[in-house]
Amino acid sequence: MRLTKEDVEHIALLARLHLSEEEKERYGEQLSNILEHVGKLQELDTTDVPAMASIVVERSRLRPDEPAAAMLRADLLANAPEASDEQFKVPPVLDGGP
Amino acid sequence: MSGLHELSAKQALAGLRAGKISSVELTRAYLERIEQHNPRLNAYLYVSAESALQAAAAADKQYAKARRSKGGKLPALLGLPIAVKDVLAVAGMPATCGSRILENFVPSYTATSVQRLLDAGVVVLGKTNTDEFAMGSSTENSAYGVTRNPWDETRVPGGSSGGSAAAVAARLAPVALGTDTGGSVRQPAAFCGLTGLKTTYGRVSRYGLVAFGSSLDTVGVLARDAADAGLILKVMGGYDPQDATTVEKTPKLEKPSGRSLKGLKIGVPKEYFIEGLSAEVENGVREGIRQLEALGAKAVPVSLPHTEYALPVYYIIAPAEASANLARFDGVRYGLRVVQDDLIEMFKRSRGAGFGPEVKRRIMIGSYALSAGYYDAYYGQAQKVRALIRRDFDNVFKKVDIIAAPSTPSTAFRIGAHGNDPLEMYLEDVFTLPANLAGVPGLCVCAGFDGQGLPIGLQMLGPHFADERLLAVAAAYQKVTDWHKQGPAL
Repeated sequence: MRLTKEDVEHIALLARLHLSEEEKERYGEQLSNILEHVGKLQELDTTDVPAMASIVVERSRLRPDEPAAAMLRADLLANAPEASDEQFKVPPVLDGGP
Repeated sequence: MSGLHELSAKQALAGLRAGKISSVELTRAYLERIEQHNPRLNAYLYVSAESALQAAAAADKQYAKARRSKGGKLPALLGLPIAVKDVLAVAGMPATCGSRILENFVPSYTATSVQRLLDAGVVVLGKTNTDEFAMGSSTENSAYGVTRNPWDETRVPGGSSGGSAAAVAARLAPVALGTDTGGSVRQPAAFCGLTGLKTTYGRVSRYGLVAFGSSLDTVGVLARDAADAGLILKVMGGYDPQDATTVEKTPKLEKPSGRSLKGLKIGVPKEYFIEGLSAEVENGVREGIRQLEALGAKAVPVSLPHTEYALPVYYIIAPAEASANLARFDGVRYGLRVVQDDLIEMFKRSRGAGFGPEVKRRIMIGSYALSAGYYDAYYGQAQKVRALIRRDFDNVFKKVDIIAAPSTPSTAFRIGAHGNDPLEMYLEDVFTLPANLAGVPGLCVCAGFDGQGLPIGLQMLGPHFADERLLAVAAAYQKVTDWHKQGPAL
């Protein structure tokens, strides 16, 4: 199956990726080739095979639900592109914002 | 004392304990070599010279104190320098993951694997280059330039842990941490003539490892020999409440001891000796297997019938998980932000500018495979075939103790050789991907050199939690061979 330009734009929106026109064309081509290759999996009849949900052999244990030391807010905000009043700052999400 | 960089980790620790060398001398020796060779090789993205020397001085003090008081238990790796792949967090050091999007990111916490090594006394020399977010097989996908293979600087060191591999091969570190999601420890180990251990899924905590494919990611070691890799595994493995996939009790599996491999059964899977495997690699690997037989092991043919499906399964599951894991890079909490008035536009522009081509490609494949209408055909089917691949290994390990096979189809390729075709690059990992899909441990050892003087890797795979068995077999092999002792002329 070959991906159309609309397909590529739809996937890029789902992935929140801005692509240039040149990238759209290139990825359309490359993704189509990769999907063609992975299409090989359709050869196999897997009707009776349960999908593998986890590869953990041992049953994993949940840790006790107890409060523990958290990371410091100042440390975390230090990596933020923009912060103010001890919060991450982003463009307005709702209409009528500042 | 000269030539300190020639000591293995084990030898260096013996020297430190005996008071024959100091950690400051040892650390300085490596820092000098880094200064001399790293500008060419680009193995390290960040060198923590100052904090390394401080840690080394503190280690020397501890040794001196123990010597004065004649005893006291010293940490297992006290004063040993190591390098850390740049996808693992070390508090206060950059963690770029080879990406522009994390160019200025400095984590305030340390990965559990690294923390355990720090608690055991290691000295971190710096952070090593990697394909962006560990996606690649050559380090050519790093935003900070390719790492060069010390054996031939026109060639790649492999990837994604190529910086760690080049650092250990060039003696810019005695040992280094890598990560292996589809072969990223074993393939660079093969290309650089090293011993590379991909641990069993669940053996080493991934807390503080920037996630790529969470059902595949493992932390591993690049070392000069199996003994050194074992020293590191022993310290960094084990249960961690911060990673729910780590297991509390590791089953104790039988392993050979000493030089003899008598009674060991080795499976040689026919699906790993296929068209596309270079004759020189095949000869090297078969010679390596003969050597194991000479030590008393018995090699038998086995079959892993679904091997040919590993690549398509991997290139659905890994990108699917990556597309979810990398959703966190949105320009809000850390990393690059491209300022926009609209929030969604800010996400799109930040990610578009911050991620490189291979990462974008995989995010796109993953988003597609998980999207409405395609999920069952792609992701669902891949998870089922993954179960078949896992079953192949379970069946074979009922009959044999380990599997021996090539690590890579060829020796190190030239920089730029696979520049235009992502699928061609993906095929480089065809022999290493299955172990990640099944969660089993894998080990690569150097089994000789091709006509151009490039290392050939022999891969061994074992059942879940047979990490020590693989190390013991490799140690026996390395007692009677000296491929692992050879280093590149720089």
